[in-house]
Amino acid sequence: MARRLFASPYALVGAIVLVVILLPLILTGNFYLRVAALVYINAIAVIGLNLLMGYAGQVSLGHAGFFGIGAYAVALGPTTLGFPVWLSLVTGAAFSGLLAFVVGRPILRLRGHYLAVATLGLGLLIWMVFNNQSELTGGPNGMQVPRLMLFGWRAVGPIIWYWISGATLVFCSWIALNLINSPTGRAFRAIHDSEIASRVLGIDIARYKLLVFVLSAVYAAIAGSYFSLFDGFVTPDTAGFLRSIEFVVMAVLGGLGSILGSIVGAALLVVLPQALTVFHEYEEIVLGLIMIVFMIFLPGGIVPSLLARWRWRTA
Amino acid sequence: MSEFLQFTFSGLTVGAIYALVALGFTLIYDTSQVINFAQGEFVMLGGMTTVFAAAAGIPLPLAAIVAVLITVCFGFLLYRLAVAPARGASPVTLIIITIGASIMMRGLAAVVFDKNFHSFPSLLGDKPIKIDGAAILPQSLLIFVGATIIVVALWLFVNRTLTGKSMLATAANPLAARLVGINTSRMIGMSFAVSAAIGAVGGILATPIALTSYSVGTFLALKGFVAAMLGGMGNPIGAVVGGLLLGLFEQFGAGYLSSQYKDAIAVVVLLVVLFTMPNGLFGKAGIERV
Repeated sequence: MARRLFASPYALVGAIVLVVILLPLILTGNFYLRVAALVYINAIAVIGLNLLMGYAGQVSLGHAGFFGIGAYAVALGPTTLGFPVWLSLVTGAAFSGLLAFVVGRPILRLRGHYLAVATLGLGLLIWMVFNNQSELTGGPNGMQVPRLMLFGWRAVGPIIWYWISGATLVFCSWIALNLINSPTGRAFRAIHDSEIASRVLGIDIARYKLLVFVLSAVYAAIAGSYFSLFDGFVTPDTAGFLRSIEFVVMAVLGGLGSILGSIVGAALLVVLPQALTVFHEYEEIVLGLIMIVFMIFLPGGIVPSLLARWRWRTA
Repeated sequence: MSEFLQFTFSGLTVGAIYALVALGFTLIYDTSQVINFAQGEFVMLGGMTTVFAAAAGIPLPLAAIVAVLITVCFGFLLYRLAVAPARGASPVTLIIITIGASIMMRGLAAVVFDKNFHSFPSLLGDKPIKIDGAAILPQSLLIFVGATIIVVALWLFVNRTLTGKSMLATAANPLAARLVGINTSRMIGMSFAVSAAIGAVGGILATPIALTSYSVGTFLALKGFVAAMLGGMGNPIGAVVGGLLLGLFEQFGAGYLSSQYKDAIAVVVLLVVLFTMPNGLFGKAGIERV
């Protein structure tokens, strides 16, 4: 019974809803709400990346580029185009998806590490544009981001962003879970297992790869917009190589092919650096050590490895 | 013309360093299929350890040797303590392990050494040599010579010694290598050690020109990875050619087009190469078995 409940995709959405609603009761105080909002925002991008990497098996080391497009869209839209913030967010997501659509076809023909290096290059190009077009973006110094106006009041502060990002995370998880449990999701997994076998079965692999690439780019852009709106400031590092790596680490550490894993991975990598400040200058050493230990003992990622153990024990 | 020559010199200098990093990537990838993102940290450790050993009063050549030995220990420990225990895990899991190791080594360097930029004087002084209107630093010549020696030595090691041939066998087919009595685990460990040595030498050679700090590793790993992929992953010649080409593209791009977008030119070249040759310049096409 418990297992059947657990297996239903909507149980997970319900669990996320519960966590989002109950967490503020336990964690009071702006600091905790701020960290939680950052977890949700990162998790949105990581869920998108996990659809691409964990389900369809296509690596991207350039997802911070799409994240950065979203982040700069809400900064540039109002200042240069005169768009309202919400429209800038939508435009950013659409542009990010469009870019993924245009470059996706040639890039996704590459495999494995070659795909990784091509997406890495794409991310670098996007970062360079933000870093070098100083007259628009302020260059390496970054730029101010206008506040989001919701029904006439300014969306500022951790509590408001906690609820906005939490609600969006629930929505994005629901979409992702629906997709995974549809014929499209099964096609993704078939491509992951064997491209040739899926092609033989009549799956248009180029189309499905492109679809999931575009979707993950849109997820990343939305997360990026939230990130810079929440922060009120954006720098080119938002789109940097290190952030791309961070997203991949979150996805793999939490567990590829697990939506819950993406949230756990994001939570771990956002909370850990905050918690590790007690180690002062040894912080990085401990962070690296924790990553290595987790990957050695839970090689499939935290959530899938623990689930497999739990199943094995109850079977 | 002198401009062209100048860009060629600086491109080859930078490229030789990238080539050494890429060679380290290739060696480890060939024996273990691991993309070692801590490769840049080996370069950093080589440079930083030399700086601090020399500052402690050890003569420079001896300090360099100490630095290589210490880096080799780190390479071996990386394999023994982090990569070997996770054997059988997926490639992406192993990559995350090497990223974790890279963060750890960077943190360790920040604690043991410091967070400042350092350099040490070149053995050959820093009076530029003029060739046809272009200037070249003596250290650049040292980098070329050093890189050439490493490539030749590696070739001799792999093709002329029993240990090297065992390593080659491990790369070609681990199961068959084990069947003929090769300790493949030791060979993989050795490839990590040799890669670390190559990285350390690269770091020592580059420091008089490029400066070093605890954080230079990430950038070098990035460039080395791109160079290795440009040449075709797993091919040592590809790694060297890829590294040199990447250096040249960057310098020519910076000189003739735009210094702001010098990396962009290198990236565009990389993408064009991959779109036309999906396995890099010298890479073999992979075959998928169903």
